[in-house]
Amino acid sequence: MSLKQNSEAIFSGSPGKIALRSLRKDKRARISLAVLGVIVFLSLTAPLYSHFVAHTNPFQSSLDAEIMINGVSTPVLEASTTGLGLGVTPIGPTWNPSHYFIGADSQGRDVLARLFYGGRSTLFIGISAGLLCLLLSLLIGIVAGYFRGWVDAILSRVLDIIWAFPVYLLAISLSVVLLTSGLSFGFIHIGPGSFALPIFIIGVVYVPYIARPIRGQVLALRESDFVRAAVGSGAKNSTIIFREILPNIIPSLMVFIPIIVALAMLTESALSFLSIGVQPPAASWGTIINDGLELLYTRPMVGVAPGILIALTAASLNLYGDAVRDALDPKSRTRGN
Amino acid sequence: MKRRTSIIAALATTSTLLLSGLVGTSSSSATASAPLAPYDAKKAGGTVTLVAAAAAGTLDPKVNYTAEYWQLYQATYDGLLTFSYGSGATTFNVVPDLAEALPTVSNGGKTLTFKLRKGIKFSDGKPVTVADVKASFERIFKVSSPTAGSFYNGIVGADACLKTPATCKLDKGVVVDAATNSVVINIVAPDDAILSKLAVPHAVINPASAPSKDAGSTIIPTTGAYMYKSYDSNKSLVMVRNPYFKEWNHNAQPQGYPDQIIYKFGITPTAQVTAVENNQANWGFDPIPADRLNEIGTKFASQVHINPLTAMWYLPMNVNLAPFNNVKARQAVNYAIDRGAMVKIFGGTQLAAPVCSFLPPNFPGHVDYCGYTKGATPAKPAKAWASPDLELAKKLVKESGTAGQAVGIVVSDDDVNKQMGVYLQSVLNSIGYKATVKPISGNIQFTYIQNSKNKVQISVTQWYQDYPAASDFLDVLLGCASFTPNSDSSINMAGYCNKALDAKMAKAKALGATDAVAANKLWGQIDQEVMADAPVAVAFTPKQLDFISSGTKNYLFSLQYKMFVSQMIVK
Repeated sequence: MSLKQNSEAIFSGSPGKIALRSLRKDKRARISLAVLGVIVFLSLTAPLYSHFVAHTNPFQSSLDAEIMINGVSTPVLEASTTGLGLGVTPIGPTWNPSHYFIGADSQGRDVLARLFYGGRSTLFIGISAGLLCLLLSLLIGIVAGYFRGWVDAILSRVLDIIWAFPVYLLAISLSVVLLTSGLSFGFIHIGPGSFALPIFIIGVVYVPYIARPIRGQVLALRESDFVRAAVGSGAKNSTIIFREILPNIIPSLMVFIPIIVALAMLTESALSFLSIGVQPPAASWGTIINDGLELLYTRPMVGVAPGILIALTAASLNLYGDAVRDALDPKSRTRGN
Repeated sequence: MKRRTSIIAALATTSTLLLSGLVGTSSSSATASAPLAPYDAKKAGGTVTLVAAAAAGTLDPKVNYTAEYWQLYQATYDGLLTFSYGSGATTFNVVPDLAEALPTVSNGGKTLTFKLRKGIKFSDGKPVTVADVKASFERIFKVSSPTAGSFYNGIVGADACLKTPATCKLDKGVVVDAATNSVVINIVAPDDAILSKLAVPHAVINPASAPSKDAGSTIIPTTGAYMYKSYDSNKSLVMVRNPYFKEWNHNAQPQGYPDQIIYKFGITPTAQVTAVENNQANWGFDPIPADRLNEIGTKFASQVHINPLTAMWYLPMNVNLAPFNNVKARQAVNYAIDRGAMVKIFGGTQLAAPVCSFLPPNFPGHVDYCGYTKGATPAKPAKAWASPDLELAKKLVKESGTAGQAVGIVVSDDDVNKQMGVYLQSVLNSIGYKATVKPISGNIQFTYIQNSKNKVQISVTQWYQDYPAASDFLDVLLGCASFTPNSDSSINMAGYCNKALDAKMAKAKALGATDAVAANKLWGQIDQEVMADAPVAVAFTPKQLDFISSGTKNYLFSLQYKMFVSQMIVK
């Protein structure tokens, strides 16, 4: 195929179709999506794995449990029989999917089953917080950028105030305060142990980082000819926002989605690691790393495995975000990136 | 007291008799009851390095209430009396320290007469006088010592001092005579634990010029073998030899071996273990992390010392809050908890033993019984705990009508306590509650769970004896007077107040002054009656594990203050 034919094949159709076609051809996008797909699948099937394969309740302490390994009854938490007989060590990896495939934690719980459940929590909170952040950012960015004046001044200063705090410091402070009493909005009450709490906190702390670029884009769009024409023709503000502004912001949002989800997921893991995110007995990858911290010398797998999953998921989301950006950016395509 | 704290007790001679069974099981050191060996000057010298994750706050001996510093005070400060150096049960003996002898007791046990030793000087060179003694007792109240209202409220005039600490005068309570060097302490009623109370650090003698408020990091001159050279709570505490010290009673304040003792702070527990393994430190204060226990128990067995403690890990249940305002709910928790599992979390059977009784094993008044094991009831107890009874626990929860209620478990945020909380959550959920765990900083958890304003339903905590007497457990932790609503200093965390049992405790205390055996029998009965009401669930009694470097010799353990730092030989 000639260069001209190739370009025609790529650029024919609507911008969305062009971007999708470009994404399909992008190796990074395909690999990262496959990794994400596997992680999401395993996380979604956590209850099935626990019930039908591992036959365990990963939220119930099993300190006195025993399992059969090669016909021998083995305690899940084994007391040392060497030297002075000090310490109790959880069982290590059995590499048998039907029980303790990668070992047990200090409570005698199956780590792999908890990892799958942890994935559900981490991904659910990450995606929900990311979407909440995007929604709030979109609302604030459009309102501030479109209406300008005092509305913009107030909203921008609010964003400045939030921006003034380091993200993690703000997230930790909010978590510590809200963890004891929960959060109340009128008749809506979010309990201290609810997933909605980290979703809300993480969703809010990242708003300035998304809302500001959106506001800037809206300010530029507000001055564009087609928007001026729409204003001149007497179109309502809502019509201009939904028909002229929003469609031009969506590509940016598409790029933000994987990045903000990855950030939200990392923040959730950090909060849970510090015991101020997901609360026991629920698991998230952050809480499992925390559980593994005290077993680093004897059972490093407990802390390492969730760390690997976090790194894989975050890297996949970032790679996918790069691919989406390239697919939606005509300039990068013409540059041949 | 809490691990970083301790309280008081019984007459010294009686406690020695009763506690003769309480001997250590350390792996390499002799722990039989024995007096301190004679000092060997050839072995003196060198620097002992101790490490801890954090400092223990104020250095003021009248204010600090932590095991971390009480361990040091025995080598630096002296009272009229003190607990003896040595090993085994000997270390529970109260011996004369700055006093020439044990007091002469008169007036039906209400007057104690001491004679202050002559020729003793503080580390600033000034002599110790009877005026210092009187000022020191008044200072207990002026600085609002944490035990002012519990240990020393029996001194004549203490009532007024507790009301207006700044102007405290004990003219009738502590009568001194400079001419004869005598000190007379008058108490309002006989107290079987008074000698022990006078032997703990809150009763040490400071110069009369010591500040009348918490000295904080300001160093107060000492009388003991060592004095403090510098203190930075973020960095280190340095102790050096007291140039004015001359040994006056080998069992009370012996000459120390190291020239210098440095306590370094900010070292994580796992780094402490590594430092001791590498001979970079002689000993670490904090408990050995669970994943290092097997390592030190196998590769460094000869450097490990395990000793019994008169202590307990227990779960206070708030009897004034649902669901634990129902005795069946409290009994259900007692039946449900797997004490063996909790021992596993703590580090295994070498480091702890399951118990049901409130008074620890080998403690005055202790009776071997367990009303909350499978097949037993409080009325027909077994000899010892064997296994939990989950079915009975579920039945009791159902009968109590509290099933499905939310229960918050407040624990300290260190690894072991958090694991205990998660385990307890699992147990409570399995018997029908909706439990949540609230780990909070170890710095505030102990006071947080005491304050009824915080509405803590159940918590995990520990109690380490301050002095070897049953009253230090039963009366201090569950007496009506120990419950102060809305206060951070309400050690009766369960909020339990049983007037009939309170009267029995008062009777036992009075009886102890004349007949210790009968008193302890009565304490044993009280223990069982209290546990039938189940305001707490006792889980296990822990042991002390000390891990010392290979270059450290002469490890000696005090049942009262733990390892004797001044007797470590590093030369």
